[in-house]
Amino acid sequence: MDDQEMMDSVLEPEGPPPPPTEKIPTVIVDNMHIVYKVYGAGAGKGSATSALSRIVRRKSSPALTEVHAVKGISFTAYKGEAVGLIGSNGSGKSTTLAAIAGLLPPAQGAVYTDGQPALLGVNAALMNDLTGERNVVLGCLAMGMTYAEVREKYQDIVDFSGINDKGDFISLPMRTYSSGMGARLRFAISAARSHDVLMIDEALSTGDMAFRKRSEERIRELRKEAGTVFLVSHSNSTIRETCNRTIWLEHGLIRADGPTEDVVKEYEDWTNKK
Amino acid sequence: MSTVFEQRAADVADPDAGLSPAELAAKYGLTISGRRPSLAEYTRQVWQRRFFIGAYATAKLMVQYSSSKLGQVWQVLTPLLNAAVYYLIFDLLLHVSKGIPDYIPYLCTGVFVFQFTQAAVLSGTRSISDNLGLIRALHFPRASLPIAFTVNQLQQLIVSMGVLGVIVLVSGLPVTMNWLLMIPVLLLQSTFNAGLAMFMARIGAKTSDMAQLMPFIIRTWMYLSGVFWAVNSVTAKLPHWAGTLIEANPALIYIELMRYSLMDSVPASSLPHHVWIMAAAWAVIGGFGGYVFFWKAEEEYGRG
Ligand SMILES: Nc1ncnc2c1ncn2[C@@H]1O[C@H](COP(=O)(O)OP(=O)(O)OP(=O)(O)O)[C@@H](O)[C@H]1O
Ligand SMILES: [Mg+2]
Repeated sequence: MDDQEMMDSVLEPEGPPPPPTEKIPTVIVDNMHIVYKVYGAGAGKGSATSALSRIVRRKSSPALTEVHAVKGISFTAYKGEAVGLIGSNGSGKSTTLAAIAGLLPPAQGAVYTDGQPALLGVNAALMNDLTGERNVVLGCLAMGMTYAEVREKYQDIVDFSGINDKGDFISLPMRTYSSGMGARLRFAISAARSHDVLMIDEALSTGDMAFRKRSEERIRELRKEAGTVFLVSHSNSTIRETCNRTIWLEHGLIRADGPTEDVVKEYEDWTNKK
Repeated sequence: MSTVFEQRAADVADPDAGLSPAELAAKYGLTISGRRPSLAEYTRQVWQRRFFIGAYATAKLMVQYSSSKLGQVWQVLTPLLNAAVYYLIFDLLLHVSKGIPDYIPYLCTGVFVFQFTQAAVLSGTRSISDNLGLIRALHFPRASLPIAFTVNQLQQLIVSMGVLGVIVLVSGLPVTMNWLLMIPVLLLQSTFNAGLAMFMARIGAKTSDMAQLMPFIIRTWMYLSGVFWAVNSVTAKLPHWAGTLIEANPALIYIELMRYSLMDSVPASSLPHHVWIMAAAWAVIGGFGGYVFFWKAEEEYGRG
């Protein structure tokens, strides 16, 4: 026990709250395999008659390719932890988060979670034709808030997103936003509610410095509210700033799992050697 | 390096050391991710999102014509133009109207009411695939989407019914107490449509080919639903069972009921047998059946 506390205080950047002494698991990933099934070209559109014959014969297109994206990973995340996920492109980070969110069924193994994990992806769109304002209201309502709660949180969300800093953008349709602005608003909406498990997949990478600082702050708060945060990022400094634990994925396998400083160091050495 | 930390993790997880992941999950009440809730729990969640459903429907209504210059005027123009086209073809060119009194309101009622159900099918089929971003970004019971679309179409139908009311009055038909019957007819049809939209939403989420086939199915259905002509003039010549089958068509039932409530010139005797019972039965079977059917695949929407 003593050992652990000492290590945490040495290793953790800027003192994010230490892991709670009582470890309560929120996400358990048990030997999870994820296989994508890709139907070859010709599966999409087609004439009505070919569509009909395909439905009637219940036959899938012949060219079926399987992509074994995650090949048996296991870990347990606890309350109050911020877990970083790193690894090169295509190593399975996004896939892992989608599976934890219940959006991809494991081909083998299992994922256990507490409550409903919320996944904030880089291309998660809300309703692009609607104004930012309506997106805030609808997003909050969809997360299960009441009108009273939305009214209470509305100004905070807009302020936090900083969308209105450069003029009245909140009353424009979301499709007119830059990618960074869209990401900021989405994060502001998702983070307005405390989640048991919040997973952020590169959603902050398009934000500017000021917003990144603010969201790192918010992630720390969410952790204090006894949630678990997963963060995928290709920015090692963001990972260092926000995460107390990091998992390094490579080729769908866990290469390292431990305190951020060590794992990121290992990862940097590996990247530099290549 | 990492072995040190595995060691550390093992030390801390002491009380739970010997447990398998499944046992650990059970001990802390964790459940398999993305598992579908029970029907009662699901219904509670949908009810909790009633504000979302209402707000989403209204938001859709607002943006529908926002990119066109005339804007909301299209809300009224679209049904009017539709009716005008069918009038041109079926009355002026084909003379289908023979023997039907007050053909214009008769036709318009058919067109507007059928369009309500048609929209439920078409938008229901795409309600999941067109909203994957939203589905993947936020957690909510997915049935909220097809239901919100149905509410949105009901709002549009109410605008059309306003237009229709004017058409009926202009044709010289009186306002009667029967107009009040519109309310139960609309409620029953909306329930049926919501169920149908949910049914189609599940089909459309799985089978992308469905979206291409739907226009053909819809057109066939429309011709069988007595939108342009009086079906009882055809059923009289058919054997009894065939006539009964044609008259059991829910779209036909809701159209005939709406005509009966709006138009003084449509007598109760022209309605199919047991028409109110049929209308209610379709609402219950369609609404509940579609809901359960949709719920059965709840965990699979958004996967891919
Ligand atoms: N929809 C899909 N269909 C088929 N294969 C996929 C799909 N999505 C991802 N993959 C494959 O799964 C593997 C892991 O992809 P994933 O998106 O999880 O990587 P990642 O770690 O998030 O990469 P990045 O850093 O680029 O975001 C890759 O080999 C990729 O080709
Ligand atoms: Mg990714």
